Amino acid sequence: MKLTVDGLLVYFPYDYIYPEQYAYMLELKRALDAKGHGLLEMPSGTCKTISLLSLIVAYMIQNPHHVRKLIYCSRTVPEIEKVLEELKNLIKYYEKSQGEKPNLTGVVLSSRKNLCIHPDVSREREGKLVDGKCHSLTASYIRERHEGDNSVPICQFYEGFNREGKESMLPYGVYTIYDLKQYGADRNWCPYFLSRFAIIHAEIVVYSYHYLLDPKIAEVVSKELHKEAVVVFDEAHNIDNVCVDSLSVRITRRTIDKSTAALQQLEKTVAQMREQDAARLTAEYEQLVEGLREAAVARDTDTILGNPILPDEVLNEVVPGNIRNAEHFLGFLKRFIEYIKTRLRIQHVVQESPAGFLKDLASRVCIDRKPLRFCASRLSSLLRALQIPDPSGFAALTLVTHLATLVATYTKGFVIIIEPFDDKTPTVSNPIMYFSCMDSSIAMRPVFARFQSVIITSGTLSPLDMYPKILDFNPVIMSSFTMTLARPCLLPMIVSKGSDQVAISSKYESREDVAVIRNYGQLLVEISACVPDGVVCFFTSYLYLESVVGAWYDQGVVASLQRHKLLFIETQDSAETSFALINYIKACESGRGAVLLSVARGKVSEGVDFDHHLGRAVLMFGIPYVFTQSRILKARLDYLRDQFQIRENDFLTFDAMRHAAQCVGRALRGKTDYGIMIFADKRFSRADKRSKLPRWIQEHLRDSLCNLSTEEAVQICKRWLRQMAQPFTREDQLGVSLLTLQQLQSQEQQDKIEKQVIQK
Amino acid sequence: MTTSSEDVLLSVGYVRYKKGDGTLYVMNQRLAWMLENRDTVAVSHKYADIKTQKISPAGKPKVQLQVVLHDGTCSTFHFVNPAGADAQAKDRDQVKMLLQNLLPKFKRQIDGELEMKSRLLSLHPTLKHLYEDLVISKVLSSEEYWNTPTLKHYTDSSNVKQEAGVSGAFLADIQPQTDGCNGLKYNLTQDIIDAIFKTYPAVRKKHVDYVPNKMTEAEFWTKFFQSHYFHRDRIASSSSKDLFGECAKLDDQAIASAMKNTTLDLTVDLPQFIEPVPLLPTDDEPTHDKDRGDSTSIHRNMIKRFNQHSIMVLKASHKTNSSSSSSSNSKTTNNNNKVVENGVRETNGVTEKRPAEDKCSTEPLEKKKRILEKIHYEDLEDSNKNAETQELKLSKVERYLLGPSSQMSQTVNTTNPPPLSALASVCQAWSGGQQCLRPVRVGAGAAVGALGELSPGGALMRHQHAASMAQLIPVEVKSELHRLYLSCGEVLRELWRSFPQPGGGPGEAEEAGARAHAFYEALLRFRNVKLRPFEEKMLRDLTPLATTLTKHLNQMIDTACAKYAVWQQRQAKLR
Repeated sequence: MKLTVDGLLVYFPYDYIYPEQYAYMLELKRALDAKGHGLLEMPSGTCKTISLLSLIVAYMIQNPHHVRKLIYCSRTVPEIEKVLEELKNLIKYYEKSQGEKPNLTGVVLSSRKNLCIHPDVSREREGKLVDGKCHSLTASYIRERHEGDNSVPICQFYEGFNREGKESMLPYGVYTIYDLKQYGADRNWCPYFLSRFAIIHAEIVVYSYHYLLDPKIAEVVSKELHKEAVVVFDEAHNIDNVCVDSLSVRITRRTIDKSTAALQQLEKTVAQMREQDAARLTAEYEQLVEGLREAAVARDTDTILGNPILPDEVLNEVVPGNIRNAEHFLGFLKRFIEYIKTRLRIQHVVQESPAGFLKDLASRVCIDRKPLRFCASRLSSLLRALQIPDPSGFAALTLVTHLATLVATYTKGFVIIIEPFDDKTPTVSNPIMYFSCMDSSIAMRPVFARFQSVIITSGTLSPLDMYPKILDFNPVIMSSFTMTLARPCLLPMIVSKGSDQVAISSKYESREDVAVIRNYGQLLVEISACVPDGVVCFFTSYLYLESVVGAWYDQGVVASLQRHKLLFIETQDSAETSFALINYIKACESGRGAVLLSVARGKVSEGVDFDHHLGRAVLMFGIPYVFTQSRILKARLDYLRDQFQIRENDFLTFDAMRHAAQCVGRALRGKTDYGIMIFADKRFSRADKRSKLPRWIQEHLRDSLCNLSTEEAVQICKRWLRQMAQPFTREDQLGVSLLTLQQLQSQEQQDKIEKQVIQK
Repeated sequence: MTTSSEDVLLSVGYVRYKKGDGTLYVMNQRLAWMLENRDTVAVSHKYADIKTQKISPAGKPKVQLQVVLHDGTCSTFHFVNPAGADAQAKDRDQVKMLLQNLLPKFKRQIDGELEMKSRLLSLHPTLKHLYEDLVISKVLSSEEYWNTPTLKHYTDSSNVKQEAGVSGAFLADIQPQTDGCNGLKYNLTQDIIDAIFKTYPAVRKKHVDYVPNKMTEAEFWTKFFQSHYFHRDRIASSSSKDLFGECAKLDDQAIASAMKNTTLDLTVDLPQFIEPVPLLPTDDEPTHDKDRGDSTSIHRNMIKRFNQHSIMVLKASHKTNSSSSSSSNSKTTNNNNKVVENGVRETNGVTEKRPAEDKCSTEPLEKKKRILEKIHYEDLEDSNKNAETQELKLSKVERYLLGPSSQMSQTVNTTNPPPLSALASVCQAWSGGQQCLRPVRVGAGAAVGALGELSPGGALMRHQHAASMAQLIPVEVKSELHRLYLSCGEVLRELWRSFPQPGGGPGEAEEAGARAHAFYEALLRFRNVKLRPFEEKMLRDLTPLATTLTKHLNQMIDTACAKYAVWQQRQAKLR
């Protein structure tokens, strides 16, 4: 249908629309009009993606001077592929109603591993190896060498792209990963570099968060993107963690061992070259003197990773004299590594600021801050000069130089923690050095500053006011939408006690209590006896999951569970989990029914949807607090308190509740779907927890559902499931939760929608 | 007394049946039981009805004998000789031995096939009618009848039995019972053993290897229940003592290879979810399980076993029919063979290999399908629109409308095409595909005209008098006619089917010729035996309608015969 949103003609590729979609578009348009940032929460399963796409595309077409580009960032590869298919749908609809394709190109950028079509390289299963092999076939010096000597292998696809690809632009249309590969294969062009080139000009770019947030990658990939762009972060409830991770480094003893080995190899290579081809080293030296670093960087194939620090922190100076010479630089690195090695040889936990670290570094091994800042770029320049074909062998060393550069660049918002052993196994020495970013706004700030509008959206962003604080930005629009429903298709419940009236809770003091574990087991058994098909449970951590399963086995809970459904359990091995998942789906689809035990914050909870019969009930056993004893977390909490005036408890609860909401939200993917959401912990019924759930869950969480025992919950489930099993047709939805164009245009509806939007 | 006429081979007193004491008689023809002090036989089973007899195990307190009948019911006799257990057992054994000798004599050689056929006929009245009409009246031979596709359909589908899956909790259901003196007793039934074998091919293999050469059945299962394999919370001992240590490894391998060979759906392919930062070492290096504390590794191992158990249970119930049929076959063969055959089979069946290139070509399509499925919202899309209408293009509209009857009428040589002026516009709309959704296009007058043509007596309804006949003929005639149509249709279809395909080889033609001839004959027989009497009867009873009733049937038969004649001529020419 074609609808007008606040005067903007929007092509919406469906015949019906949800009221909240319209409201969402309204708000979104306001943000775009104001050229500001926005924070929008809308429940999963209400087609956020298509609402976003259709509004922004319409806006781009009609206001080409205001918005030139849409950068759509999502988290997982399947999400990205879904976005592309939706975009394709939209473009198809434009084509159908206008008779011609709109002048838009949508293109995806993914890793080399997903895009490579080289017959040998693409066979590698690991991303790292693909990157390395690709580099060894496409680096500029390899290609130069090939010109002299035909036996040096190069990549025909890159050559093809390099010869012809850059002259023309991709024809209008949407290119998925598969399309790009096909397009590349037809023309003998490398899809990866084609895509890297295409995103500069394409109107719509879809890629992963990292490509924009991680400075190492962003510098290489996203440097030349337009500023007049709308950036969308979908599924952004975890965005602060992504930001933090992209600036953090973790060094283990193995990293050190590997980088020492790499360093030795480098020394050997340098010595060899000194004998054979000293001129090249001199040339590099000269280049460094003149600050010609940039000239070499321009060759896009030579750099896989950029500087680990944000562009505004990169010093535009020549490399300091004491690390210009290759041998000197290697000696410098050696000293640095030795220093870290001694730091790792400790018996107690150390926590210090980067400044303290630097001071200690200077006094012990005489390394100044300034040359340290250049470490990362100096190493990549050296690797280039040495013409290392496959840099993947130097991964550990690269990591160490990143640490050097980061620690020398940032003094605020970071912390260094060295732990001599894992807390669970105090006898086993396993020293780890964390260089941890505590401030998620550091990585985010340049994005906010650079792009005109940044939209952060997800199904679970409540409480909304936390994000502007931790990401340090000022949104013009901040709204939460609920789901209009024609029937109560979600049933949230808080089960606070077992049938023996013992309160159930995962709080630390009582989580190992046999009665609590038994009550959890009983709840699950009873639910799995009355709920059809799939049941998913989330535990607060792997450790807890493991101990509960052990206890359940002894108590016979597992046996009675197996009598009703098949049992699958998430493990820490993701390949194993994937296999269990696929069998879980099979079991649900064959009608046998299955129970999946999983972990909040685990991979399953973050990326797998349990729509329709795959998840008729979700149980959240306990409140998924982060491991509060972690020193990194403590440091971060302190920092948040000092810098942003966020109380520790507020942040912890916020973090726990967003994960809980994320977990239970996995079950509901649309209005025709239905699912039970059980929060099995007494503490959920407290106001401070309950009020932090997303509004669309809170709305259905009536007071009568907040303090149930197992039996009561099962009774309610049974009644509700019978209700849900009745046929549900479009007519039931129309006018309430589904609108035709006429209905949408009626004044009454418009008012209603207007009222629905809650702005904070 | 009924027994007087028969010889009583043995009579045993003190036999309890359904809480009543009485006497059991083993006679010439049957097994009978009479209540004490009565002279009517309360239970009487002909030997021919008895399928098997069963006796209670030696150690049981009750000494019983059970006879199972062919219809599934059974009667249990309890021997309660007051002289004691030994005497009871003696009584029982006497009966047992006698029955053992008697039963085989009476065992009807029930042809399984025949039984199935009779059951089919009794289940489906239409088939029975057909059978009566065609076989009993000697139109077709029985063999021909059972080979017709209609029957094939029934027999085949009833052959494919749906196999029951394995309960997920079958291991847990083996409840151990303490026997009072530090021992555990496990009750194993054949069902559980089957389930174990089905789910754990490795155990089956072990069973083959060890039983009965190296240990007895009981020893084997004792070992099984002692092993960590059964007790998931025990850590696998690395010593070679444990018989089933190897099984766990085999399972691991099977799962690993299955993991490698299944293409993961993109929505669950967790390792591929996140795009890694290029070059940097990944954080999730394999954690060293052995370094961790023992308690966690036990749990971890247990979790792995649970997953494997579920996966294998699932796989066991997803077995293809081929393996199920093989297992049912092998039941008749001797016990050892069965196990070998299946054991090998299962281990082969563990991997679901797909050729690599095949995988590559289908992958993107499937992936795309899956994504589209995921982003599809049924309530947002208009469902009417989705049903894309196929355009119907007709070269001769009249022919379509009049159906084959206009062709038939060539022989009768009747009408020229009816005036279709009004219909033409309707047809135009029809052939226009989607426009037919809008009847507004046809003018009101034209529509009324068309309706008139379609009503009885109109140009289009000239041959459709039968429609009005429905009210005129009595019900029994109608049903008879219906049966005639059914049988005739069966024979006709067979005849038409037996004409050789255009591209068929000469040998095939030969064979088809014979077949066609047989069915041609059958058709003629049918006409003589069934149709003619019916027509005559109709002439007597329902004079005005008699001929019209069977006109269509005759027409069909005539056409088939004509075709046969033409074909025969052509064959003759070819020779």
